[in-house]
Amino acid sequence: MKIGVYLCQCGGNISNTVDLEAIQKHIEGGDEIAVVRQESHLCSGAGQKAIIEDIGAFGLDRVVIASCSPQFHEKTFRGALSRAGLNPYMLEIANFREHCSWAHKDNPEAATIKATDLLDASVGKVRHNVPLEEKMMKLGDDVLVIGGGIAGIQTALDLADSGKNVTLVEKQPTIGGNMTILTKTFPTEDCASCILSPKMAEVQGHKRINLIVDGEIESIKGHRLHFEAKIKHKPRYISPEINMDECIGCAQCEEACPVSAPNHWEQGVVKRKAIFIPAPHAIPYKYIIDKEICLHDSEGCTACFDVCPQKAMVFDQEPEYSNVAVDAVVVATGYDIFDAREKPVFGYGEFENVVNGLEMERIVDHINEKNPPRDVGKRVAFIQCVGSRDEQVGREYCSRVCCMYSTKLASLLKQARPETDIYIFYTDLRAFGKGFEEYYKRAQKMGIKFIRGKPAEFKEDPKTKMVTVLVEDTLSRDIIEAEFDLVVLAAGLTPSKSTEKIAEQLKLAVSDDGFLKEAHPKYRPVDTLVEGVFLAGTVQGPKDIPDTVAQGSAAAGRVIATLAKGEFAVDPMLAFVHDDKCTACGECYEVCPVNAIAENSDGKAEIKETLCVGCGACLGACSEEAIDLNGFTNIQLYSAVEAALAGKKPGEKRALVFGDSNCTYRVADAAGVRKMKYANDNRVLMVPSSCRVTPNLVAFAFAKGADIVLIGDCPEKGNKFEWAHDFAKKYIEQAKQILADKGIETDRIIFDDFTASNLPKFVNTLNSISEQMKKLPNIDPGKRAELNPLEK
Amino acid sequence: MDDRIKKIKLTDRGVEFLRQVEEISGEAITVCEQCGTCSGGCPFVEEMDITPSQIMRKVMLGQEEVLHSRTMWICASCFTCTVRCPRKLDVSKVAEALRQIRLREAIDAIDISKLPKEEVDRMPTIALVSACRKLTG
Repeated sequence: MKIGVYLCQCGGNISNTVDLEAIQKHIEGGDEIAVVRQESHLCSGAGQKAIIEDIGAFGLDRVVIASCSPQFHEKTFRGALSRAGLNPYMLEIANFREHCSWAHKDNPEAATIKATDLLDASVGKVRHNVPLEEKMMKLGDDVLVIGGGIAGIQTALDLADSGKNVTLVEKQPTIGGNMTILTKTFPTEDCASCILSPKMAEVQGHKRINLIVDGEIESIKGHRLHFEAKIKHKPRYISPEINMDECIGCAQCEEACPVSAPNHWEQGVVKRKAIFIPAPHAIPYKYIIDKEICLHDSEGCTACFDVCPQKAMVFDQEPEYSNVAVDAVVVATGYDIFDAREKPVFGYGEFENVVNGLEMERIVDHINEKNPPRDVGKRVAFIQCVGSRDEQVGREYCSRVCCMYSTKLASLLKQARPETDIYIFYTDLRAFGKGFEEYYKRAQKMGIKFIRGKPAEFKEDPKTKMVTVLVEDTLSRDIIEAEFDLVVLAAGLTPSKSTEKIAEQLKLAVSDDGFLKEAHPKYRPVDTLVEGVFLAGTVQGPKDIPDTVAQGSAAAGRVIATLAKGEFAVDPMLAFVHDDKCTACGECYEVCPVNAIAENSDGKAEIKETLCVGCGACLGACSEEAIDLNGFTNIQLYSAVEAALAGKKPGEKRALVFGDSNCTYRVADAAGVRKMKYANDNRVLMVPSSCRVTPNLVAFAFAKGADIVLIGDCPEKGNKFEWAHDFAKKYIEQAKQILADKGIETDRIIFDDFTASNLPKFVNTLNSISEQMKKLPNIDPGKRAELNPLEK
Repeated sequence: MDDRIKKIKLTDRGVEFLRQVEEISGEAITVCEQCGTCSGGCPFVEEMDITPSQIMRKVMLGQEEVLHSRTMWICASCFTCTVRCPRKLDVSKVAEALRQIRLREAIDAIDISKLPKEEVDRMPTIALVSACRKLTG
């Protein structure tokens, strides 16, 4: 083993405070230290050249660089190692600038001692570094689109047209989603199905789209551009071979069927039979049997089968399952309309003449028929913000479409029945989109009355079924008490029922409002924090059709851009298993939050590299220390911890900080950059996340001289590893128990989170730890020795 | 309809009044979105001179004249408005705050010392207490 150690002066930034001469003397002559050198700027061409030449001349196999934080020049120095023919992961960096010379500028002596410890830690760690390889993974052209509403349709068509192979899964018996229910669209009043149907047909006919209706995602796992999904095909009880050509559309089965139920697509406004076509423009256009009401199983009814010329019914169909492997996933699971029964004051579901917005879409769609299924009467009220902007039902957000859909439904009704007296009761009217304000004014011009006030009381006349509404007109300040023939609740948009499940399956973040969270509200509006998963449409938040379509295309564009790379590198800092230590106990399988651990053919644990994210959560769960993490192995961290604490003199106290690489370590860097002063009796070591810190590692730190151990992480919300806190808390409790068993104070272990937006918190925490340590008694050396997990 | 339109001024005194009502009630009056749910559902609104939502508005604008409204004395603290407010404002607390401001001025509508002793002896204590409170302002 030949280690080269390089000390960077950083043009005085380091050397003016830290005594590099003393450190050079300290490290020179150490075991297997082949060369120690100082340079004014190691990151410069000349500095890198010196390292490269030394690697050749001395045959170095490991390099330690004492310089700025690894977040600045780790890549630079890894590149230098590569160019010299050395594996880039045979490098460790000691943070002399941000953590020593800048943080303790006022105390050069303390800065030098801290720097020495950090250098020793890096040298200790690098002894156990092993060469790692970045694996290149091929990217394919397969994409899964979940949800066949207008968002999913748009995404699927754009993707398929660009040459991707799309699997489109829809849980309903037809694609088209909620848009198929709408009569006309605002503000142009073009008919929803007229613009949607051609797209639906295009999906069915597209050679690159595998359309699965009646499908549900049974399970899906993966991340980073490799996903495996199991799809459940719900039975339709119709022969899979029957299609439009074979079905002569005679509808004899429907006529023969003796049972009827509210038509789902018609929102219950009209009825259907137990065997039915999901919607007049359904794709695929194929019958389905509603087994909930069908009499075949209970009474042996075969009325439909008897009359069907094709004998298409298969009453005993069972669910089937299929698997797909894809490179990217687009989630487009849409919305559900708010269930107004949650707000009993409106009388929905109880009063005959109170309907919701989607039901009104169907009522208006039928209004010009000779015998419309439902009359609207003389006076109609629309009630805005039902289930939106209402914290009493836990919904603070605005649903964005209701102001305009009520205006549209009122306008269409007024055009069909000019004698109808129509009122829209609103709190704030939001006509923000293109053409919306003009449309609103047009409705006012037609004589539709917009009243500013939210109705508070609803009463049904038991005889006439008319609904009396009590409302304050907040502009005239009059209390209006009026009777209406029909009350339409402008129910808001809520995340669809499947949203929560899909979020859990794919580990997607959920916003406070229950919709799925985009990676960044401004710059990454259709990405998620899971690489390879994108959002389209209302699953991300309420939006109208143009915005939904735009987002569907945007998601397709992001998928295409992501897959265009053809391949991607997998960071090698992932978990691995020491086969010789693994006892095949199986404990770790359940622990992994991304299901990356599976049993191999020997019955032992194996890490799936395409799934592992390198969080380190599994290490603490393995009692044999058989699972390890590349770049932060047990032996690497034990060595670093021991070396970092070796410089502690009698009477001194030390806090050891395990700082996660995303937040705590960077916060320490930022505090250094700002030259914020804080206590110098701490040593910060980098870990990938708080959950990498095993109970054994904490015990080891105390065994080797730590007086307090601080484990720092990102705040729970927005953590790269959202599970990190849960694991860390569990492991810390175990570590505290180890201390408690030896009669050592458990408040010596501290867990906290830090962000760059609150640097003083970090500084104050380290200062208060310093004060706390001064008051704490010394730990008995004998007890410390007993804590060492490696001695057991 | 004989009340003429009057111009109102936005003053520091008015801002202080809003702050005082917010402090006593613990409610952020400026959060009120003037939807009128409180007024529409108030069982006594017809007995009031101005509606509950109007009270919220006038307090926000610093109009101390609301202290002379009947509304907060009619309020029975039934909490219908409180459980319905879409912004989760406790409107009953605002009414109570306004009553408190008046009560703290310690203006007695009835001077107990001037009541004949025989009458005071016959009166239920609770009637005396409520008379003192209810008739304030």
